[in-house]
Amino acid sequence: MSTPEVKDTPFVVAGREFRTRLIVGTGKYKDNPTMVAAIRASGAEMVTVAVRRVDLDRTREEGILHHLDPGEFLLLPNTAGCYTAEDAIRYARLARAAGFTEWLKLEIIGDQATLLPDTHATIEAARILVAEGFKVMAYTNEDLIAALRLEDAGCVAVMPLASPIGSGLGLVNPYYIREIKRRLSVPVIVDAGVGTASDACVTMEQGVDGVLMNTAIAAAEDPVAMGHAMRLAIQAGRLAYLAGRMASREIAVPSSPTQGMLGS
Amino acid sequence: MTQPPRITVLLNGKKRDVPSGLTVAELLESLGLNPALVVVERNREILDRSRYPEVLVEAGDALELVHFVGGG
Repeated sequence: MSTPEVKDTPFVVAGREFRTRLIVGTGKYKDNPTMVAAIRASGAEMVTVAVRRVDLDRTREEGILHHLDPGEFLLLPNTAGCYTAEDAIRYARLARAAGFTEWLKLEIIGDQATLLPDTHATIEAARILVAEGFKVMAYTNEDLIAALRLEDAGCVAVMPLASPIGSGLGLVNPYYIREIKRRLSVPVIVDAGVGTASDACVTMEQGVDGVLMNTAIAAAEDPVAMGHAMRLAIQAGRLAYLAGRMASREIAVPSSPTQGMLGS
Repeated sequence: MTQPPRITVLLNGKKRDVPSGLTVAELLESLGLNPALVVVERNREILDRSRYPEVLVEAGDALELVHFVGGG
C-alpha cells in the first residue's frame, strides 16, 4: 500500500530519525514468536523492555534478547515497577549496563491502583539521569506543568498518558494533550491507554509526534493483526492531522447543491 | 579430594551456598547464564562485565543478577 506524498517533518528523538511514529512494548505476549511477529507487523523500530531478576529456578533462560535482535530494534529499557526516584535510577543504571544503551523510558509510579505517575519523583530522577548521560523519555500524566518541567530537566521526549496503563480507555483528555504538544519543543509521545486502532488514530490526529503502546497489541485476540492495524492507524491519524480536518459544527450542512431540484 | 569450603551469599534475594574462591564468571557459568546477557550488581554496585573473570564472590555478598524481559 502506498502512502500519498504529504509533506511531513521527520520524527526525530535525540537526534535519531525514525521511519515510524509507533513505539511498542514487549510485555504480556502469550509467547515470544507472537511478540516478534506482532512487532514486525506494527513496523515499530523502537521497543520497550523491562529489567528484572534472572529467574534462577528455571532451567531455561527467559531473557528477551534471546528473541529480539538489538540490531533490528532499538531497545528502550524502562523503569516500570519503580515507585521512587532512587529505585528508578538504580534500574536505569542496570539497564544501561545490560543493553549498552543510553536510551531510557523513565517511569515512576505514584499509586498502585491507578498506576498513575509520580511526576515529582519523575522530574527529580530525570534531572539526575540526564546529567549521567541518559536519553530520558519520560512517562508522565497529561499535566502541562509536569511536562514543561520534564522538558526543562533535559528529557529528549515527554510521554503523557492517554489513559491509565493497560486500561485501553483511549484518549480521555485530547485538549490537555494538544496543549502539551503546543507548548513543548521536544517530541510529545502519548504513552499508555490506547485500546484499539481508532484510539491510536484519534491520538495522532491531535498532532502529537508518536504513540507508545503495549497491551493494545499484546492482549488483542490476534496480536499480529492488531500490530498491522496499529501501523495503519498511526499513519492514518498522522495524515489526517497533516491534512487539516474540517471544522466541526453542531448543525447539518448539505453536501449536495440545494439549487436545481426538480419542480413539484 | 576435599571439597572447597562453602560460603553463603544472597543471590537475587535468596540465601545460597556457593564454593569459596569462585569468580563471578564461574558463578554465572555454574548457573547456566550467558555473561553477555546478564548484569551483575554486587552490594549495590554494578560490576563491569570485563571484571567478571577476576572478581571473587565473597561471603555475605548481596548479588543481583538481572536481564531484559518483556515490558511496556
